[in-house]
Amino acid sequence: MGQHTRNDNEMHLPNLERQPFEPRALKSIVLSAITICMAIVACIPLFSVLIMLIYRGGKRISLELFYGLPPTAFDIGGGFGNAIVGTLFMVGIASLLSVPFGILAAIYLAELSPDSKISTVARFCAKVLSGLPSILAGVFAYAAVVLVMGSYSAWAGGIALSILMVPTVMLTAEEAIKMVPRPMKEAAAGMGCTPAQSMLKIILPVAVPGIITGVVLAVARAAGETAPLLFTALFSDYWLRPNEPTASLAVLIYNYSGMPFPNQIELAWAASLILVLLVFVLNIISRAIGRRKNV
Amino acid sequence: MDTTVTPVANDAALDSTEIALDCQADQIFYSDFLAVRDSHVPIARNQITGFIGPSGCGKSTVLKSINRMNDLIPGFRFEGKVHFHGVDIYDKKVDPVAVRRNIGMVFQQPNPFSMSIYENVAFGLRLNRYKGNMDEKVEKALVGAALWNEVKDKLKNNGLSLSGGQQQRLCIARAIATEPRILLMDEPCSALDPIATRQIEELMVQLKEHFTVAIVTHNMQQAMRVADQTAFFAVDISRGGRTGYLVEMGATKELFEDPQEQLTKEYLHGEFS
Amino acid sequence: MAEHTSLQRSQSISKPPSAGDIFTNNAFRALTLAFTWGIVLLLAYILFRIGGKAIPAVKEYGFSLLTGTTWDVNNRTFGILPEIWGTLYSSMLALLLGGFFGVTIAIFLTQNFLPRTLETILRSIIELLAAIPSVVYGLWGIFVLIPLIRPLADFLNAHFSWIPFFSTSLSGPGMFPAALVLSIMILPTVAAISQDAFRAIPRKTVEAAFGMGTTRWEAILRVMLPTAAGGIFGALVLGLGRALGETMALAMLVGNSNQISLSVFAPANTLAALLALNFPEAGDTEIAVLMFAACVLLLITLLVNMLGALIINRTGMKR
Repeated sequence: MGQHTRNDNEMHLPNLERQPFEPRALKSIVLSAITICMAIVACIPLFSVLIMLIYRGGKRISLELFYGLPPTAFDIGGGFGNAIVGTLFMVGIASLLSVPFGILAAIYLAELSPDSKISTVARFCAKVLSGLPSILAGVFAYAAVVLVMGSYSAWAGGIALSILMVPTVMLTAEEAIKMVPRPMKEAAAGMGCTPAQSMLKIILPVAVPGIITGVVLAVARAAGETAPLLFTALFSDYWLRPNEPTASLAVLIYNYSGMPFPNQIELAWAASLILVLLVFVLNIISRAIGRRKNV
Repeated sequence: MDTTVTPVANDAALDSTEIALDCQADQIFYSDFLAVRDSHVPIARNQITGFIGPSGCGKSTVLKSINRMNDLIPGFRFEGKVHFHGVDIYDKKVDPVAVRRNIGMVFQQPNPFSMSIYENVAFGLRLNRYKGNMDEKVEKALVGAALWNEVKDKLKNNGLSLSGGQQQRLCIARAIATEPRILLMDEPCSALDPIATRQIEELMVQLKEHFTVAIVTHNMQQAMRVADQTAFFAVDISRGGRTGYLVEMGATKELFEDPQEQLTKEYLHGEFS
Repeated sequence: MAEHTSLQRSQSISKPPSAGDIFTNNAFRALTLAFTWGIVLLLAYILFRIGGKAIPAVKEYGFSLLTGTTWDVNNRTFGILPEIWGTLYSSMLALLLGGFFGVTIAIFLTQNFLPRTLETILRSIIELLAAIPSVVYGLWGIFVLIPLIRPLADFLNAHFSWIPFFSTSLSGPGMFPAALVLSIMILPTVAAISQDAFRAIPRKTVEAAFGMGTTRWEAILRVMLPTAAGGIFGALVLGLGRALGETMALAMLVGNSNQISLSVFAPANTLAALLALNFPEAGDTEIAVLMFAACVLLLITLLVNMLGALIINRTGMKR
């Protein structure tokens, strides 16, 4: 490399024209081409998944999916209304538990006592929890709820999901509260607000879009989680009864994916399409809220 | 320079006036860092007291200690006394929140709340559970802050929709709506253009009829234009750290025309900043 | 509250905070502090609960749980060595592939290869990859990916079976499709954190590199990559942490077979998949062993995640 350049210099006539076939330029072009190819390849799975969902799940979409119950082995038709209700119910429980928990802890971490020992420890624990494999949330809920209550239930599923949501809600809410401009916080204190008044009247209203973004993302993630529900909510072919095993879209997909019956496999694809639509819509909502905040 | 003698205010100038608040900052720390020492600043009633000095001299720190804003900074420690209506506001029994309700503050950056102009001004009144005629008080405060004519038709608009100078006057209106006895201003014009600055300065002169004002400014001309009393602070680097202290204080005219300390002379002649 | 009243001027509007204000403030503070403690106690309780349930298994089987290779419920013989191997092997394979792609895409997205709009679109696509639930990837893997890679696997096995990695044929589920899906799932994590690492490079370093007359790739390979190396390493470690704990895609694709094999086409098993498959129908002894497996998984992911967080903290990147 550099042969050309040296010759040019010796003649005291630097050549400044583009030389696409010079080794170092060629290397640059080849590497760029490889990078572009890799970026395109990385996009293939997403499009492949989406196309398959629309192709195989889309043709099964009908109203019956939403009010019907899962079919038995050799039945045709059927739906998974109970799984949709179950997913919404358990994600609802998880949100009710984790959102107040996460936001209240975040208020303490971000504003009331950010540098205290307990805040440092709590922040560390939240980071550890956010890396917790989702199946272990299920194992915990099994040990703490299923074994204690004596049966699989929607409550156990909701609690397992809430453990996955708490750290996300907490860490994003802390960020959102910290993003509220310092001068505004000072103004509130300078007017003679107590810390609680500053938080409730001034800081939280400004931080709400950021907090909602985090909550919606956590909900989206929880809605798609399967592992924590496998042996906490289990599955059911009947409508929701919170004290008993409860169906969910995610577990339905898992169960039916391994079945030898085409009808069930079609249902698994249809359920996947609905689940992915739900998750994408939630993602878009959270982005829209996040963007409005930035303007 | 003799650092052991506490510079004392020019008593002759202050004798004729009543002291609204007497700030004796012996030592102010941020954790282990000694930020200010030996600064005794009396604030005269219905006058404007200007704090001037080079950057890092602790003038803002002293000002913010007066209404205990610095309590929000972790590691802050104040040694000394701030006498205010017979109470030392650093007494353990005093609630800093109550102090801030009586001593208003206007900040360097205009910082209206993200709510309507009306609600911004009414905020302090509601906070203090004011029972009288709210509209009247809001109007009075906006008139007092020389903003009424510009906003009377759009009181419902968000306070953040105003221009920088208007925002700062809104913050002044917000601060004076509760009729605090002392109004602290921390470089209130540093983020504003010359025209807005001039408006705020004229406003300050009007405000002293009803209020006692203490203002930190980086701008000596501004101090000359508005302040009745001026306190000059400097930085002492002799002990390794950067510790601010009060060099001298007196009636503005006397301080600028006939400073007692060599350091003040040098500063006023622009030999350092 | 005599001090408050002495601060008052009779006609003043300013009032000290009311008893209600002060009570609300104290209650608010106590409540938020309680929940802050809550997160600490929650983690402690999780560790205690899972750990506590595993103790009977440790008492009964001891160290042999870690070294045993059979899982036979009827004979009450349990060992999780194949699962530990499978967890590590699948994660490393996924990291190799997902990490390489992730870092390349991070370069692509941060070094001005694309106009702004295209960059944003590509970034959104990569982020959406992370949004798809893993069970959907599992379904896609079973019905799309496995049939697709079978010919390739057969070819490699037929012609290169002397290489240990290709020594068996792909009979459906196996390590290769599982690792492939796993790599798709960790790609967004690696790409996102690596992008942060590239963006954290000071402007002046970039300018200095181009000022020396380097081509774009010389600047990337000799200046940007070494400068961002710490952050990228952290990204890879956190990606590994994600791969180790991932459950569904593996439970559906890895084949659930208790064997230790270097061949990427052989079926295998992982700790998370073991838990997912055996928990619902397990008896008391088996539950205890599964809790022990959960502890091992917890320990591995905890260590890896803490290492990753530590590395990223060191580099001082803003996450």
